Amino acid sequence: MTDFKELTILETLRLLEEKKVSSKELVEETLKQIKKVDPQIKAYIYVDEEGAIKSAEEADRLIQKGEKKKLLGIPISIKDNICIKGLPTTCASKILQNFVAPYNATVIERLKAEGAVFIGKTNLDEFAMGSSTENSAFFPTRNPWDLEKVPGGSSGGSAAAVASRMGLGSLGSDTGGSIRQPAAFCGVVGMKPTYGFVSRFGLVAFASSLDQIGPFATTVEDTALLLQVIAGHDPKDSTSAPVEVPDFLESIKANEKTSFTIGLPKEYFESEIDPEMNKIILEIIEKLKKKHKIKELSLPHTEYAVATYYIIAPAEAFSNLARYDGVKYGFRAESSNLIEMYKKSRALGFGKEVKRRIMLGAYALSAGYYDAFYLKASKVRTLILHDFLEAFKEVDLILTPVTPTPPFKIGEKISDPLQMYLSDIFTIPVNLAGLPGISVPVGLTSDNLPVAVQVIGPHFRDELVLSLAYQIEKEVNKKFIPSILNE
Amino acid sequence: MAISLEEVYKIAHLCRLEFSEEEAKVLAEELSKILDYFKKLQTVNTENVEPTFHALKIKTPFREDKVKEFPYIEDILKNAPQLYERMIIVPKVVKTS
Repeated sequence: MTDFKELTILETLRLLEEKKVSSKELVEETLKQIKKVDPQIKAYIYVDEEGAIKSAEEADRLIQKGEKKKLLGIPISIKDNICIKGLPTTCASKILQNFVAPYNATVIERLKAEGAVFIGKTNLDEFAMGSSTENSAFFPTRNPWDLEKVPGGSSGGSAAAVASRMGLGSLGSDTGGSIRQPAAFCGVVGMKPTYGFVSRFGLVAFASSLDQIGPFATTVEDTALLLQVIAGHDPKDSTSAPVEVPDFLESIKANEKTSFTIGLPKEYFESEIDPEMNKIILEIIEKLKKKHKIKELSLPHTEYAVATYYIIAPAEAFSNLARYDGVKYGFRAESSNLIEMYKKSRALGFGKEVKRRIMLGAYALSAGYYDAFYLKASKVRTLILHDFLEAFKEVDLILTPVTPTPPFKIGEKISDPLQMYLSDIFTIPVNLAGLPGISVPVGLTSDNLPVAVQVIGPHFRDELVLSLAYQIEKEVNKKFIPSILNE
Repeated sequence: MAISLEEVYKIAHLCRLEFSEEEAKVLAEELSKILDYFKKLQTVNTENVEPTFHALKIKTPFREDKVKEFPYIEDILKNAPQLYERMIIVPKVVKTS
């Protein structure tokens, strides 16, 4: 078999079709890799060995029959806040520790219909609230590039799993950067599609006006393929957009030589960015200048994005997480009356950060503070959105750093919630505005830690975002393989 | 501090959460720091600005009111903390004198 750590989904599909490898062999190889490296990395909450092998055998039967599907026999992982029927969906929370999903999320139905094989469920910050995966109620995940560093979050398990080749791709969710930031920290590609492009049915809700499911993979093409399968209108999600989904792989090939006007928002580059990271990003921009028109622009309300987000997202979470009351499912604490049962179940079932955000949300919505916090933030959100809409009158796409710093140390920010929130500064505005954004690795620091750029596009121009990402990937021309894979 | 200990207890009740005194003190401090940071929004001029609750303009979609069978009732019941036949047991909600 070809070197497992260099395989992409597209190459693997070819090998499967040519019968040079079977899906069962791939799954066994993936399970072997999990046994080898996951005791250190801890990307998976649950590995469905039996189910994965069964699906692989079924995929092999279909391949034998000559059936063609977009992901037939491809092993992937799923963030543990997306429901796969019959498997645990814990959201890395004690309150859902014993919850078994009674139905499939729409994205899971779509992946299954195209023959994907689910390896297991990946770790996250509890209810996707966090930027380091340290808020998991079970264990933190470690960065495959440096085990002392965080993998980012909240989809840290998915990013780390793809980076260490425990599956060829993954799905995560992104509310304020939860796909793009861990992708950047782990040296893989991660994309948040336009809000409404991918159905949220079966994704455990955190902040419904911001949440969006998206793919992780090792290449832009693989990311495009995964998005192709999961995108599209779903009547089960009332915010799902009734729009046509273009052929992403065809688009990125057609745009291989297209020259774009790329905007660089000065607010992103003037803020405090790690100097070494900044240098790597500026070098990429220099290279892009040869082919594209680079234009400096201003997104003047950027500095208010973090405050806006940390009012709106907790307010929505306060409401969404009211359902965890110990009555119909999830953890129930012993108690003598109903109110006590609610309070004790929630106090013992939720972790610190989740409780902090529920409290923040309740405060921002409560009588006397609604206008000053929630309503004010919702108005500033309009200004942030407007900044982007104005910018896209002048440029095709926007390019920024994904994070202000390379991956930070485990424990470094966990005791200071505000510092942790500020690490999302470059990803949050994209969610507030509902735009598509992608993180693409572009280099390594002298400490051998991944550096990435973010490409942001107009609403429902996800194919343009992927196209520029594809060009950047070609320009960088480097495989990002952490040294743990060579040990 | 932007938020007092009493306010923490009041909000906690609204959230159906409870905290020990020590936890509440830490929370009051943390929330105060975060709320202070939020104050920067007060400097933004939002006069005549409409709020955005949803980044994309969407309408509530309508569908036919058709009854469809839900096939996974047993799977849902399996997640209940306490069952009596096909009913979920909860603490008594009516007071007896």
